[in-house]
Amino acid sequence: MKRRNFLKACLIGGTTIALGKTNKGWASGSFEGYPEAMGVLVDTTRCIGCRSCEAACNKEQKLPEPDTSFDDPSVFEHERRPTSKAYTVVNRYQKEQPSGPVYRKVQCNHCNEPACLTSCFVNAYTKTKEGAVIYNSKVCVGCRNCMIACPFNAPGYDYDSATNPIVKKCILCYDTRLKYGKPPACVEICPQEALTFGHRADLIKLAHERIRATPERYVDHVYGEKEVGGTSWLYLAPVGFDKLGFDTTLSNDPIISNVKDFLGMVPMVLSIWPALFSGIHLLAKHEEQGGHGHDTDSNQEDTKP
Amino acid sequence: MSSYKHFIVAALSIGAISVSSPAALQCAPVPDSITLNQNGKLFSPFTFNHAQHIQSIKECADCHHHTTGTLVLDPNCARCHQNSSPTAVVSCKGCHSATPFSPENLAAKRADKQRYHLDKMGLKGAMHQSCIGCHNKMGNGPTGCQDCHPRTKEGAAFYSTNRKGAKPAHAEEE
Ligand code: SF4
Ligand code: SF4
Repeated sequence: MKRRNFLKACLIGGTTIALGKTNKGWASGSFEGYPEAMGVLVDTTRCIGCRSCEAACNKEQKLPEPDTSFDDPSVFEHERRPTSKAYTVVNRYQKEQPSGPVYRKVQCNHCNEPACLTSCFVNAYTKTKEGAVIYNSKVCVGCRNCMIACPFNAPGYDYDSATNPIVKKCILCYDTRLKYGKPPACVEICPQEALTFGHRADLIKLAHERIRATPERYVDHVYGEKEVGGTSWLYLAPVGFDKLGFDTTLSNDPIISNVKDFLGMVPMVLSIWPALFSGIHLLAKHEEQGGHGHDTDSNQEDTKP
Repeated sequence: MSSYKHFIVAALSIGAISVSSPAALQCAPVPDSITLNQNGKLFSPFTFNHAQHIQSIKECADCHHHTTGTLVLDPNCARCHQNSSPTAVVSCKGCHSATPFSPENLAAKRADKQRYHLDKMGLKGAMHQSCIGCHNKMGNGPTGCQDCHPRTKEGAAFYSTNRKGAKPAHAEEE
């Protein structure tokens, strides 16, 4: 937590990029999340696309009535993403395959090291020890940094209330259920037990055990075990995850800044990191000697005819 | 002798059961029909025709694991249960908890370090996967929600069925 506060201070200050990225290198592979964090394992081989989980979420979170009923299959014609009115949606893939369609429930994955949290400069987000990433709408200023930062497109934005803009997303039923150790509403209603609730650490073992016991049923990967530093929601799939709309290009390192363009700066930052430890004085010296003339050089080049 | 006792246990754990012809199968008397989803709020209770399933499937182990004393079919289960004798509890409800993710159940699972069956399905999941899975495989039998259990009024509100574009749930696969 301290690390995060430290990072935030940096974000607010001017040194955003350099120190932020240093933190990335620092964190990767070391933070396993809270030991008691809960999670949900989504077994897409079990899901039948009944959308009961969407209906349960709608009622539990007191969201507005949907445009069309939770029975309406036409919603599957387009890939949907969570919105401020629907914190979770079920999408259909592989419709044309002889093995039949595969359905995938989407919501906030409740990252171990949430990009939404680190990108938020008013501290609206909290990662609770139970694993939920919750947010405080009272302090949210509606800047939408978190929406850009989130690698899973989870936060939705409430455009309806122009005077009080608010970002909304799945909170793992923290207030009403998780806090009391109870499973979220979607898990409880799922008729197929496509959603398994439990300690994240246990779920990972369980997921690998399912793959071991029935290898013909799954591809050998648990999505969310490692992606972006690990997430509380984990997925099993019968076909390559890329075929089910998952981003399979994500790194195993947490995304800690929304300034994704600066990812390329990491190696440079890591190389000057020891210098940072040695103090500003040494750093300055380092710049003078090693990195000197960089700007000047290029300036000169630019001014050449 | 004890097979009768077994049946009592099974009967108690299932709930409402009606039996007509106890003779046919070698073990215990077998219920002809079972009322499922007895306390359903969103979907109504309904009658499961056990006799009809016995007639068409014949193989108890297709649904009942090793509990009836017939040969175990799943190779993974067979690693331990190849020669398991029938158990006292045959009904789904006897083993599969209705609240698999309750804090109590999760805590008990964590505390029991010896437990092998860590991934035991809850009752609802076990039944739906069993029924829908088999019906899909056979290309026969209901697979839509309301094909087995019609929605209650509360259920209709829950699924916002009155919103435009509403269709019966079983039209979903079409
Ligand atoms: S999935 Fe997105 S919104 Fe959810 S915790 Fe991760 S970064 Fe934040
Ligand atoms: S309730 Fe379960 S089976 Fe139904 S769509 Fe959601 S995850 Fe899939």
